[in-house]
Amino acid sequence: MIVRISTEGQYELSEADVAQLNELDNEAVSACEGDDEQRFAAVFERLLGFVREHGRAVADDELAPSDLILPPPDVSLAEARKEFSGEGLIPG
Amino acid sequence: MPGLSGRMSTVVKAKISKLLDRAEDPAETLEYSYQKQIELLQNVKKGIADVVTAKKRLQLQEEKLQQQILKLDTQARQALAAGNEDLARVALERKNGIQAELQSLDSQIAQLEDQQQKMTDSEQKLRTKIEQFRSKKEVIKAQYSAAEAQVRISEAATGVGEEMADVGLAMQRALDKTESMRARADAVQELEAAGTFEDLTSLTPGEDDIDRQLRQLSSSSEVDSELAKLKAELGSGQPAGQLGAGEAAGAGANPGAGESAAAGGPAAAPAAEGGEQ
Repeated sequence: MIVRISTEGQYELSEADVAQLNELDNEAVSACEGDDEQRFAAVFERLLGFVREHGRAVADDELAPSDLILPPPDVSLAEARKEFSGEGLIPG
Repeated sequence: MPGLSGRMSTVVKAKISKLLDRAEDPAETLEYSYQKQIELLQNVKKGIADVVTAKKRLQLQEEKLQQQILKLDTQARQALAAGNEDLARVALERKNGIQAELQSLDSQIAQLEDQQQKMTDSEQKLRTKIEQFRSKKEVIKAQYSAAEAQVRISEAATGVGEEMADVGLAMQRALDKTESMRARADAVQELEAAGTFEDLTSLTPGEDDIDRQLRQLSSSSEVDSELAKLKAELGSGQPAGQLGAGEAAGAGANPGAGESAAAGGPAAAPAAEGGEQ
């Protein structure tokens, strides 16, 4: 699965990693719903760190569209609230 | 898929498929979308230039604030030399406020610099992708049936389109940031010009009344120590002299003698070259 971190780049993640990413995604949703800016920033930072660490950076000359597009690293809680609600970025 | 992922890739895909639907012949589609990519790459370049311009404007504002600090510092010295401690204090308080503003502007400009570098890297990446698209389109034209070619074109074009949208997003965010920084620096300058600098504290977001009072306390102790330093400097150097104006006399320049001299307050003030008010 190809995941893009907005304004940063694309990473390819295995199915197992996506499952773990989904857990972080759900945590981000709960931080968002609790309106907890600090916790959201911490969770989102972990989520991005996870993608960078476990993902394989997609080469510049590959032309693949992303399956999932994450908000940019400097996203604010207000902006994120629009994205991380309900099922989050990854359903389930 | 909900969220940004859904929204952004849908927008990109919709645009691409609209573009592809226009042409019937895959070869024609390929040429058209390649031309479009080259065109959009020019826009990206222009966008980066906009960010650089915005950054330069902020740097100019930074210089102006620096000049104001110098001016207020000189005014504080002059006021003190003329024995007007109250006026010196006001000047130092304003100087402190502007200094804090300058520091935050400074770190923001550094961040912008960083973003600009990233955008230049992204533009390079985009260029590589477009180049890749160019060679891929020749392969597609030569090897695939019309129906299959459409699918492959659509995928490749979406990949490039997504990259393009992403650079656009980075640019938009950088520009939005410079805009809010600029507005803030403008507000600081206006307040300073209007002589209502004390209200600067109300500009800081997320601060309550207690924070504000605490900050004023620490700022006033900073002003106190700076004032003492100035007095010491002036005391060890030449006494009055610099101003030449008759009223100053040596008294106010001696450390410790300040209080009595300051009693002359408002009457003495206009002489201290507080010209900008």
